Amino acid sequence: MDIRGILRDLTRPDPGAERLVPPTGTGAWLAIFTSAVMAFLAVFALSLSLAAGRLADRWSDALARTSTIRISAPAEQAQGQLDTVMAILNATPGIASARALSEEEERALLTPWFGADLPLGSLPIPQLVEIAEEGAGFDAEGLRQRLEAEAPGAVLDDHARWRQPLAVAASRLRLLGWGSLLLILGTTGAVITLAANASLAANAQVLRVLRQIGAQDGYIARAFVRRFTLRTMSGSAAGVLAAILAIWIMPSAQAAGGFLTGLGFSGASWLLPWLLPPLCAAVAFAATRAAAFRKLAEMT
Amino acid sequence: MIAFDNVAYSYGGGELFSAINLSLQPGSFHFLTGPSGAGKSTFLKLCHGELFATEGTVTLFDRDIRSVNRDGLARMRRRVGVVQQDCQFLDHLPVATNVTLPLSVTGREADPQDLADLLHWVGLTRHASAFPPELSGGERQRAAVARAVIMSPDLMLADEPTGNLDWEMSLRLLTLLVELNRMGKTILIATHDLNLIRAAKTQVPARVLRIKGGRVELAGAEL
Repeated sequence: MDIRGILRDLTRPDPGAERLVPPTGTGAWLAIFTSAVMAFLAVFALSLSLAAGRLADRWSDALARTSTIRISAPAEQAQGQLDTVMAILNATPGIASARALSEEEERALLTPWFGADLPLGSLPIPQLVEIAEEGAGFDAEGLRQRLEAEAPGAVLDDHARWRQPLAVAASRLRLLGWGSLLLILGTTGAVITLAANASLAANAQVLRVLRQIGAQDGYIARAFVRRFTLRTMSGSAAGVLAAILAIWIMPSAQAAGGFLTGLGFSGASWLLPWLLPPLCAAVAFAATRAAAFRKLAEMT
Repeated sequence: MIAFDNVAYSYGGGELFSAINLSLQPGSFHFLTGPSGAGKSTFLKLCHGELFATEGTVTLFDRDIRSVNRDGLARMRRRVGVVQQDCQFLDHLPVATNVTLPLSVTGREADPQDLADLLHWVGLTRHASAFPPELSGGERQRAAVARAVIMSPDLMLADEPTGNLDWEMSLRLLTLLVELNRMGKTILIATHDLNLIRAAKTQVPARVLRIKGGRVELAGAEL
C-alpha cells in the first residue's frame, strides 16, 4: 500500500467498511487513554531531553569561551612572568580580555577547601590569569608554545578536560531522551496491538462472515486500522495538549537558574510535540494493520 | 464448475473422505445426502475453500483452490453463494444491511427495489430493520439465503437450507433455487430431506450425490 493510499484511507471516511465493526468496546477507550498518556509522557521526555541538551551546551559553551593561565614561578620572577604573559595575551588574536586574579579572588577560590584563615602570603600559590575569548577563539597550541618559550612557569588550561565529559554527558542525555521517546512509541504500539487483538478476537464472527462473502483482507483490515489509527491520533493529540499546558504553566525558575530553568520549549520547538500525534498514529496504523492481517491469516 | 480430483480430507488423525473424483458441470443441480456426521458440511466447505483437501485437488471455476492467493480466493467466493447450517451475521447491523453485505464489500450498492423484492420473496419485509439476534432460526436461514443470492452467484452451496423452515417456505426456497438454476447457475444442496429432493426432481433434472464410507457417489434412481 502506498503512502497516498494510506492517507486516503485515513482521511476519507468509508461508511461501508466502518460499519462492519461494532462501534463501541473497551478497546476503543483503552486505545484513546493509552495514547493520551503515552503522548503526555513523550512530551515530557522530549522536553527533558531538550532542556538537558541546552543546559549542557550552555555549560560547555561557557567553559569553552574562557581559559586560565597558571603561573608557578619563584617569587622574584613571578611579576616578570606575569607581565610577559599579559603582553603575550594582549598580542594574541582571539582574546577579548585577560585579567590577573587578585589575591582576594584567589583566596575566595581556595576558601572552600582550606578555610577562611588561609595564610596565602606564606604559601606558593600560583598566579592565575583569566582569559575571555572572542570570535573564533585563539590558537591554544600556538599560545601554549609561545608561553613555554617566553614564560616557562606559565601553563595554559583551555578547559578541554572539563568540556569533554560535559559533551559526553550532553550526548548521553540526548540519547536517553530519544531512547525514552522510542520506548514510549514502542509501548504505544504494543498496547495498541493488544487492544487491536482484543477487538479482532471479539469480532471473530465479523471476520468469518466477511471472509465467507468474499471480502478481501485489505478491506476487512481497513475498518479496524482506520478506527484505531484515528483513536490513537485523537488520544495522543489530547495528551500533547495536556502536556504542553502543564509545561506552560510551570513556574519559571530564571532567578534560581539550574536545571528547571531550561525545562520546556522555546520558539519553534513548541511545535515539536505536535509531531507526536502523527507519529503515534503511524505506529498505531502499522500495529493494527499487522495484527489484523495476522488474525485474518488464521482464517481461510 | 467444481471438480474433485482424487481428493482426501482427514483431520485429527481420522480420514473423512478418500479418493473423491467428481465434477459438477455448470448449470447442474445436485443434492448431497448422507447420514448425520457423514461430512456433508465438510464437503461443501471443501467446495469453496473454507477447508482445503489434505490430498488431491479441488478445482473451482477452473482454478486449483490451493494455488489461489487469499485475495483471489475472496474474489472467487463472490461468485459463490453459501448458506450454512449455522447462519452467521454481523449482529450489530440490520437484516437489510446484512443481506446487502456481499455487494458492499465489492463497493456496490443494492438497488432498493431489488432489495425490497428479495426481502419480500424470502418473507422478511417486516424484519428488514430488525437485527439478526431478533430473528428466529427459520428467519435467519431465509436471511442467509437472501444474502447468498443477492450477488446472483454462479454457484450456490446450501447446507440444510430448509432445516428450520416449514414446508411452504421450503418449497418457496426450492422454487428460488430452481429459478436460479434455470438462469444457468450451478446448485449444490446438502440435505436429508427426501421430500425436498422429490419436489425438486419434478421441476429440474436434479441429481443426487450420496456420501457413503468416505466416498461420494452418484445415487441411484430410487430417489
